[in-house]
Amino acid sequence: MGLFIAQLLTGLANAGALFMVASGLSLIFGVTRIVNFAHGSFYMLGAYVGYTLMQVLPGAFGFWGAILLTGIIVGLVGVIVEIVVLRPVYRAPELFQLVATFGVILVIQDLALMIWGPQDLLGPRAPGLKGVVRILGEPVPKYDLALIGITPFVALALWWLIARTRVGILVRAATQDREMVGALGVNQSWLFTGVFFLGCALAGLGGAVQLPKGGADLLMDFNILASIFVVVVIGGMGSLPGAYLAAVLVSVLNVFGVTYLPQSTLVLMFVVMALVLMIRPYGLLGREEVAGDPGQSGEPERPIKPAGARVRLIVAAGIALLALVPLIAPPFATVLVTDILIFCLFAASLHFLLGLGGLVSFGHAAFFGGGAYTAALLVAHADSPMELALLLAPLGAGLLALIIGWICLRLTGVYFAMLTLAFAQLLWSLVYQWGDVTGGDDGLVDIWPPDWASSSTVFFYLALVLCVGGILALRHAAHAPFGYALRAARDSKRQAEATGIDTRAVQWGAFALAGAMAGLAGGLFVFAKGSVFPNELEITRSFDALIVVFLGGVKTLSGGVVGGAVFESVKDVLTRFEYWRLALGLTIIAVVILAPEGIVGSLRRLGERLGLLRAPEDGS
Amino acid sequence: MNAVLSVRNLTKSFGGNRAVDDVSFDLARGELLALIGPNGAGKSTCFNMMTGHLKPDGGTVSLNGSPITGLKPRRIWRLGVGRTFQITATYASMTVVENVQMALISHHRRVFALRPYAHRLYRDEALGFLDLVGMAAQADRHCAVLAYGDLKRLELAIALCHAPGLLLMDEPTAGMAPGERTALMQLIADIVAQRQLSVLFTEHDMDTVFAHAHRVMVLNRGRLIANGTVAEIRADRQVQDVYLGGGTLFSALEPPSDA
Repeated sequence: MGLFIAQLLTGLANAGALFMVASGLSLIFGVTRIVNFAHGSFYMLGAYVGYTLMQVLPGAFGFWGAILLTGIIVGLVGVIVEIVVLRPVYRAPELFQLVATFGVILVIQDLALMIWGPQDLLGPRAPGLKGVVRILGEPVPKYDLALIGITPFVALALWWLIARTRVGILVRAATQDREMVGALGVNQSWLFTGVFFLGCALAGLGGAVQLPKGGADLLMDFNILASIFVVVVIGGMGSLPGAYLAAVLVSVLNVFGVTYLPQSTLVLMFVVMALVLMIRPYGLLGREEVAGDPGQSGEPERPIKPAGARVRLIVAAGIALLALVPLIAPPFATVLVTDILIFCLFAASLHFLLGLGGLVSFGHAAFFGGGAYTAALLVAHADSPMELALLLAPLGAGLLALIIGWICLRLTGVYFAMLTLAFAQLLWSLVYQWGDVTGGDDGLVDIWPPDWASSSTVFFYLALVLCVGGILALRHAAHAPFGYALRAARDSKRQAEATGIDTRAVQWGAFALAGAMAGLAGGLFVFAKGSVFPNELEITRSFDALIVVFLGGVKTLSGGVVGGAVFESVKDVLTRFEYWRLALGLTIIAVVILAPEGIVGSLRRLGERLGLLRAPEDGS
Repeated sequence: MNAVLSVRNLTKSFGGNRAVDDVSFDLARGELLALIGPNGAGKSTCFNMMTGHLKPDGGTVSLNGSPITGLKPRRIWRLGVGRTFQITATYASMTVVENVQMALISHHRRVFALRPYAHRLYRDEALGFLDLVGMAAQADRHCAVLAYGDLKRLELAIALCHAPGLLLMDEPTAGMAPGERTALMQLIADIVAQRQLSVLFTEHDMDTVFAHAHRVMVLNRGRLIANGTVAEIRADRQVQDVYLGGGTLFSALEPPSDA
């Protein structure tokens, strides 16, 4: 009984920081519609800044003062990010901003590394709260009790701010209808900036407050990201009480999981989320999103046409040129191009879903990793030959996509995105913790192609055929009735349903097809590297693909492939430097600001301006 | 009576508010029936229950004698009911003719086909429908740049793709200029006569209603208060009360009595 209560209290204490960070994310999304991927980074920043301030400021007053000051400082950093990075791209296509926030993650990671160094920092104890209290014989840290006491006050203050003040009214109004608030004479830019300040300050507070319990390290940003997404989704987007409830639920569950089901702590959180969403699709306290046709921001996509003879010739020449790579380029280039090809197929598969279907999946790594692990497990446990493994990888991933898609497609918009992310994380935690089968963190190694394909040249040709084949197949599907129906479901679900198209079935099929293609890429990846590790299923994998599709250009057919090729090449060059994340992050941000239509879209516009391409007709 | 569409005792409440209250009517073959009423009368609610977008609390909707109450919109479409929307719904990323081709692909049950090029499928058939609504010249334009009236005509072409016996049109002329309205309604009336279609439409503009409808039903606070020919409705005291609190209603069609 004592242990039970002690653990309950630990869970409640952990919920504090989680709630603060998650409510910030929820707030920012509610008003600006920006899914702030960098929210975990502000949390990490809060931990580091808080650490430094606590070294400087003395005593109990200094400790708590440092926490408050951290909130303000991190909030101000958020303001800088909002003004410099996000403002220029508010008008860009929907969700484009999340690419920019991903750039911010990378930049903050390297800045933290530069300033505070690579070693983990142990957080200082809170003055006056160093010991433990014995409750029914079990030790409970005093600081935990303090946190349990403080969190409801933070929640209450936040609630008061949102529900009772003029600013809060504006924020709530903006959450419901931004344009109307703008029309009523409220300066939207400053409202957005203000909300960003508040959201980031909350993340910073969360980071500082957990210092005595968890310290600061460079992996915190991604480690908390999945949890706060889960909290926001379980609680219901935009609901503060929901976020608190969910934070408590997740934290308590975690603590009990560690004690009673140590092999499945990570899985547990996602299982609970999936269960909650199956019963209450909009979270515990969330309200149903008023879903009309998805707001197309920017100009609508142009009609597509299959490539003409000239373009086909150019593409054929390009492929022929690629085929020459092993003959004329040094061996490392062959390996690099193999990687790029695989990545391009992965990106193209996401683009099919995102660009044509308007289905923003945050968890596409599930299928890449799913294919990779299908292949690797077959080889490791069933001694299956590469040929069979490569055949079953897309099938396995496709099957996975059928299951995940069936559940996720009941939701739309950002809920869909979050749920896909959660399923990817569920898979990741499954692989990570089921060490007996998957090798856990050690991965599955020594999975090489058979003798005939073992040379990098032969494997290159294998990858070339399969990846180019896969990409062309996806392209053809885009021009087939199925691809048209997918676009129809995206453009106007109402009209599609009213003319007999089962839009969910179409989207489900697209999900499975995209999943299978990502799985094929994953299968090839395993044999190219000879191994597979859980990080192929991580959030960063999914994000890589998202970045690439957005950078390439969502509203262009070749956006995925071109983005993939450029991104992998740039990454390959940049990763040779010590602070490559900083460089890559800044590059991404620069592209986002300078070319908001993506690489292909911007090139096309340039071509039209120079008279090389035929411009579309103007609005009549 | 051999009704294409039969509605019996249709009822729907939102909270405590009876949006549609015990509505019954029939629609005969070849008939152009208007459903009118002031804002909030329940027209759209009534309409959405016939198209399958809303489930009624009570009552039935039958098509050619078989019940279609509560079926999904796409099932109702398969049974031969075409519809257009109050706020146009088209595929903005496609060309005009591709919009129609998409409906034809669905009509021929080839939505899941992966082999053929969609832009080549049923193109001539689609051009025929566009010709019918006077949009053939704009067939290869990008749908996103069309004028609003043209979008309405495109929607009509799409609605005709499945050879429907019944057309449901929610405010077909909303948001159009007066000249355009008359032209579109005339077009609809011609198509109805030519193809022996039945049409039920809701409408705000009285000139349009009285110029083209064969029969008019008036809905007020969820109840049908009148159902008759144009002349009968015009003379109906109750209808006049509902619309103008007893004043003269249809001044646009009648010479003003004073000033």
